[in-house]
Amino acid sequence: MPAINFMHPDGKSDRIETSDSESAMQAATRHGLDGILAECGGNAMCATCHVYVDEDWLGRLPAIGDDEDALLDGTAAERLPNSRLSCQIVITPDLDGLVLRLPERQV
Amino acid sequence: MSASGSPATSGPSGIPHLDVDPFAMNFFADPYPTHELLREAGPVVYLDKWNVYGVARYAEVHAVLNDPATFCSSRGVGLSDFKKETPWRPPSLILEADPPAHTRTRAVLSKVLSPTVMKQVRDRFTAAADERVDMLLEQRSFDAISDLAEAYPLSIFPDALGLKPEGREHLIPYASVVFNAFGPPNQLRQDAIERSAPHQAYVTEQCQRENLAPGGFGACIHARVDEGEITAAEAPLLVRSLLSAGLDTTVNGIGAAVYCLARFPDQWQRLRGDLTLARNAFEEAVRFESPVQTFFRTTTREVELSGATIGEGEKVLMFLAAANRDPRRWDKPDSYDITRRTSGHVGFGSGIHMCVGQLVARLEGEVMLTALARRVARIEITGEPNRRFNNTLRGLDSLPVTITPA
Repeated sequence: MPAINFMHPDGKSDRIETSDSESAMQAATRHGLDGILAECGGNAMCATCHVYVDEDWLGRLPAIGDDEDALLDGTAAERLPNSRLSCQIVITPDLDGLVLRLPERQV
Repeated sequence: MSASGSPATSGPSGIPHLDVDPFAMNFFADPYPTHELLREAGPVVYLDKWNVYGVARYAEVHAVLNDPATFCSSRGVGLSDFKKETPWRPPSLILEADPPAHTRTRAVLSKVLSPTVMKQVRDRFTAAADERVDMLLEQRSFDAISDLAEAYPLSIFPDALGLKPEGREHLIPYASVVFNAFGPPNQLRQDAIERSAPHQAYVTEQCQRENLAPGGFGACIHARVDEGEITAAEAPLLVRSLLSAGLDTTVNGIGAAVYCLARFPDQWQRLRGDLTLARNAFEEAVRFESPVQTFFRTTTREVELSGATIGEGEKVLMFLAAANRDPRRWDKPDSYDITRRTSGHVGFGSGIHMCVGQLVARLEGEVMLTALARRVARIEITGEPNRRFNNTLRGLDSLPVTITPA
């Protein structure tokens, strides 16, 4: 199964194995990763699973939807050009090794 | 019948039939044994009392919530089937609607109550919470429902909506009617609807554009008419959704949180030691108490759910509260733990109809619990709490407490 690397603001990182067609958010919360809140449980309604996607991977992700785009304007940490909601990133085999940086805060 | 009543009997389909009434007073007084009975009887049960299917386990509740094409809302999210009965009020354009109609109206309310908007109101909500706690510290002994759980949302939400000062006393009674009306035709529902006329008249009037102050949530909804996103006829009904579901729910949510923190002093001390836990302490109270206990859906086709076959046009009752304490999903489900990973609970629902005001609720809960924990050392319950009975909402009518300043 593909794995994702979550980089914490303090420089530490966590490598997380994903399960079949789950989102990066689901993989993170299933493993109890600190730094992803996902208050709405993956319904794209809360903007608390914000991540910064490593530049090398940005172009390989599915496009941002309108809902996600609007929610990203309300993230607690600054929105950057590589900001995404991890609940909207479904992990496929070609995303094995994806690098996601965690923001300073989610609320 | 209570949980100690007759055991489940299997019908010809293999679905257990239960003789319990989840809208009876003795059920409301202590729903937990019946919730367990419902969960353990099977993934899908049949309730003979009201001729509906029921799901009480997390997996099935989550599945039904996330399959709106099969389990629709447009035939009503209460027991009444809008295809067979005339609704007691014009149906909601968001709660009682399916895609594609729902998609458009939902987008409008999502924008009006977005994370960006919450950033704008946060300071105001925080200041009001601090002010409320100042007053409570002067009183020391008070009713945590009327003086706190009701008073705080009433001090911010109607203003945030842009309502006139006059007539606000109709808001909580109106919401009470709305949530009672989702239930079966029992005494609670009949009494509520019989007394609803003045509350309905107030709400209908307040939803009109000219009665909503500029800059408020209500005016923002009407402004979407100018953008062509909704029609002028739709806007008042969308404002009505905020009046129906935006106040009593947060009253019960904040009431639940205070009741939890007063009952479990170890959790209160934990919160005092780390104020960043306030938001999750509120969220965990929503899981633990589930202020909104149930909703119905109606099947649009014959469907198989966890081995049970349900025909077309059947009502399915989702026990959100039972799902939130399903041991299949939650570790120590009956413990209130403010450090729990609450993500995935269905206290706000899930899927396309998940509470559109969830961000408002969390903000109110977070800032109120932060204000309390910063200033209050102890919350003691000083008298018997009284329950408020409603077909859908779970909460208290009164909670006498005494607080000690930090």
